[in-house]
Amino acid sequence: MTLALTSPAAFAPTARRRFRIERFTGLGFALPAFILLLLTILGPLAVLLLLSVTNYEFGGVDMDWVGLANFQKALADPIIRRSLVNTLLYVAIVVPGGVFGALLIAVMVHRRSRTRSFYEVIYFLPVTSTLIAMATVWQFLLHPSLGPVNGLLKWLGFAPIAFLSEPSTALATLAVIGIWQLLGFNMILFLAGLTAIPRDLYEAADIDGCSSGIDRFLTITWPLLGPTTMFVLVTTMITAFKIFDTVAVMTRGGPVGSTEVLLYNIYLEGFQYFHTGYAAALTFIFLAFILVFSAAQTFALDKKVHY
Amino acid sequence: MATVALSSIAKSFGSTKVLGGVDLEIAEGEFLTLVGPSGCGKSTLIRIIAGLEHQDGGSVAIGGNRVDHLRPHERRVAMVFQSYALYPHMSVRANMALPLTMSRLKLWQRLPLLKLLSGQRREVMRGIGADVDAVAAQLQLDHLLDRKPSQLSGGQRQRVALGRAMVRSPDVFLMDEPLSNLDAKLRVHMRTELAELHKRLGATFVYVTHDQVEAMTMSDRVAMMDSGAILQLGTPSQLYEKPASLKVAQFIGSPAINLLPATVAAGGRLEFFGRPMALAVPAAQGQTVTLGIRSEALSLAHGETGRASFSARLRRKENLGSEYILHFDLAGHTQGVTMRATPATAAGVNESAEVMLGFDETAAHVFGADGDRIEPRGQAGAIGSVVPLRAGA
Amino acid sequence: MAELALPAAVSVTPVHSVLRRFLSLILVHGVLIAGAIFMLAPFVWMLVTSIKPPSEIFSAEISLWPKQFYGIENFSFAMEKAPLLRFALNGVIICTGILMVQLLVAIPCAYALAKLNFPGRNALFVLVLLGLCIPVQVPAMPLYIALAHLGLLNTYFSMMVPFFLSVFAIFLFRQFFRSFPDDIINAARLDGMSEFEIVWRIVTPSAWPAIAAFSVFSTVAHWNDLYWPLIVISDAKLAPPPLGMMFFADAETGSNYGALTAAATILTAPLVIAFLVARRRFIDGITMTGVK
Repeated sequence: MTLALTSPAAFAPTARRRFRIERFTGLGFALPAFILLLLTILGPLAVLLLLSVTNYEFGGVDMDWVGLANFQKALADPIIRRSLVNTLLYVAIVVPGGVFGALLIAVMVHRRSRTRSFYEVIYFLPVTSTLIAMATVWQFLLHPSLGPVNGLLKWLGFAPIAFLSEPSTALATLAVIGIWQLLGFNMILFLAGLTAIPRDLYEAADIDGCSSGIDRFLTITWPLLGPTTMFVLVTTMITAFKIFDTVAVMTRGGPVGSTEVLLYNIYLEGFQYFHTGYAAALTFIFLAFILVFSAAQTFALDKKVHY
Repeated sequence: MATVALSSIAKSFGSTKVLGGVDLEIAEGEFLTLVGPSGCGKSTLIRIIAGLEHQDGGSVAIGGNRVDHLRPHERRVAMVFQSYALYPHMSVRANMALPLTMSRLKLWQRLPLLKLLSGQRREVMRGIGADVDAVAAQLQLDHLLDRKPSQLSGGQRQRVALGRAMVRSPDVFLMDEPLSNLDAKLRVHMRTELAELHKRLGATFVYVTHDQVEAMTMSDRVAMMDSGAILQLGTPSQLYEKPASLKVAQFIGSPAINLLPATVAAGGRLEFFGRPMALAVPAAQGQTVTLGIRSEALSLAHGETGRASFSARLRRKENLGSEYILHFDLAGHTQGVTMRATPATAAGVNESAEVMLGFDETAAHVFGADGDRIEPRGQAGAIGSVVPLRAGA
Repeated sequence: MAELALPAAVSVTPVHSVLRRFLSLILVHGVLIAGAIFMLAPFVWMLVTSIKPPSEIFSAEISLWPKQFYGIENFSFAMEKAPLLRFALNGVIICTGILMVQLLVAIPCAYALAKLNFPGRNALFVLVLLGLCIPVQVPAMPLYIALAHLGLLNTYFSMMVPFFLSVFAIFLFRQFFRSFPDDIINAARLDGMSEFEIVWRIVTPSAWPAIAAFSVFSTVAHWNDLYWPLIVISDAKLAPPPLGMMFFADAETGSNYGALTAAATILTAPLVIAFLVARRRFIDGITMTGVK
């Protein structure tokens, strides 16, 4: 009787102490991250929100509240509109090319036993390379008179194409370079997804009559890659939306604005012309696009791919 | 229903030889179990029958026709996998319908979009639905048809896997350790259910397991395999009562058979713990042989004649409720012996007590130094001849 | 699509199916090799051009091997014109600095989120998830203004500070730590270890694969990042490789392709060589960071 009464009582203080220790260590461990979160993400976001409703210019002295004028101006600005269209066009080329190209390569590489790592390395190489440096090489490769690509075209009897200085081809050329850069990354993700599909399922399908490659792909591979495909789609889209490097180095928005993209315009407005308030509004438009795109994609695909 | 005939099936993975020329004939409607320790080649053998693996040598015939050149689905076999291999993204209904859609619809009728153009498709699908419903009713899966495999219990998944195999009414059912992912209680239940299913369908079953109890309880015949060869082929009772070798004797039966040494004295008479036995074997004098004695053949000795006896010390009693397993130590031996006893007998023996154990000499199995069974002389008639071996070359 | 066939499922093969298999193999390798040429072409052309003399670069005829070896001239010219090694060193400094702080901050926080009960835990985790959706270009402008006011532009610190907190690392490590058995942590507590010791001596070593994966991911990202350094750095001596390359390309006005490709080779080499040496680690790392 005494024992039954005393033991929980004797235990309680230690348990409570344990609980208190856990609270304090938990807070202590999370604190540095929280402070950095405030300083580098949340704080700047709040400041950005404030800036976006002012006409502040970096280095200027005064600023006025302008309400939503920056946003109205942005949406009416033909340059911004064009850059938005260009960005979406770029995304529309890079996403299918980068996702389905990678899927095709992954499916083919996955079944190789001896040559698999050989192909893996080659396709992954561009991911680790410095895009800016490689962009310079691409520029040379595509040079209208000196580049080997046009050399090849001429040899085949075609007229040379000024890939990067022709408004009709410049954006598409950047998109191809974009695909070149991220194909290997997506391929590796698809390969991981393919490896995770149990071999048993293919064998069961074989016995059940899925004899052709098409049946096998439609019955097993494609549905079971669903989660991977969704992830790859969203990340590729976001990466494509953030296109900046190749534009900054290779075309600077030209020729005739045909490669002006959203992030490049934000950079120009914010850090070259120092229209800070305006650039803040543009940044929010940029963020809204990224959030809406990924949310829409996640919701749309979420229902189908989970089992 | 079909026969399955394997002739000198050989298979190696790289430099490892997995099967060394296996011959096996399975009768129409038979339930045949391949049993053996892991790595004995039983799974490879069943996968060769299915066409999932291709043999290096020999041939497979199903229903009298060679099927070596046929793809798995062309062999009219169905397989139940250890992991069940249910398609995780499909409902139970779709899982079970898949083999039928594959065989009854043409390729273009299965392709996305294109399939909408087919007029007959709807009718074919209705027929498939009816067949699936019929099988589902047999297996009591009706209420689960719209669930995904992840929403099912282990036993239900097992049933779905069976259902998927059944819808195509195959000639041969191949089962690769289908029960080993279930808990013990369900496994016992499914044993009965599978045996009844076999009786009802009348199809040929080839069943792979490492569990000798499954082999003994369900099969018409058992093929015990080791190191890529069949050691013994026979009915469960033949394997239990006349193990052809030490390995078979050790593998079949629980608790494991007791093994004790005996020496061959003059005239082939066996000497056991220094005392001569009535048992004589055709072996050279001075040889050591192994006596295999099942735990139920042992009893407390009271000095009867015609029974061999030896002294042992009780180490532990294991209470199984309806009976006891008594574990004894033997002086001068590292291995003890086990004996089945009624609760009444067990109550009469105290732990650490020294007792005399005896057994009927005709119940002892004799194995030579090479591990093969030796028929005692003069008693061969009484015991019957050993089932001929079908061991591989 | 015939290449999807499992090797195990290949039956005894009459002649026509052998032929079909052979043709499909040729098709598959044909596509893969064509793709591989597309992937490799820039690297090959970069290396070839970097050892060609100007006369051959500017000639209309295309050759994969120079008649005159001009590599030494190109590379030494590139090294003279710009502090390329300094750019690479800057890259190393920045990547190491960022990674160290990221790990020091993220690991305890991830442990607290995964294993400790403290007020505001869920709220913090929601913030972390939100943070995952915000690219660095978004807070860039306020950060730039703050750094400018503090007089910190054109410093290593300014290049690293936006990346000190990696919400991605916190998220990744939290997922990893959650599967760490509580029993081991409790056993360590009973043995008298402090939480601090538990984090760094028990849990962290077990998370080595995740840490290695994240390190690869972080290093690749920041070695190649252009946007932020372009904003805060105008002093060429502090430039990381991409910005250095940009300065160099500007200074050379894009005409001296021999020197340009030599510079590109030098700045791309460290990471590419690291990848070729630790190939599996890179690929597994990217896989893990992608799939989690």
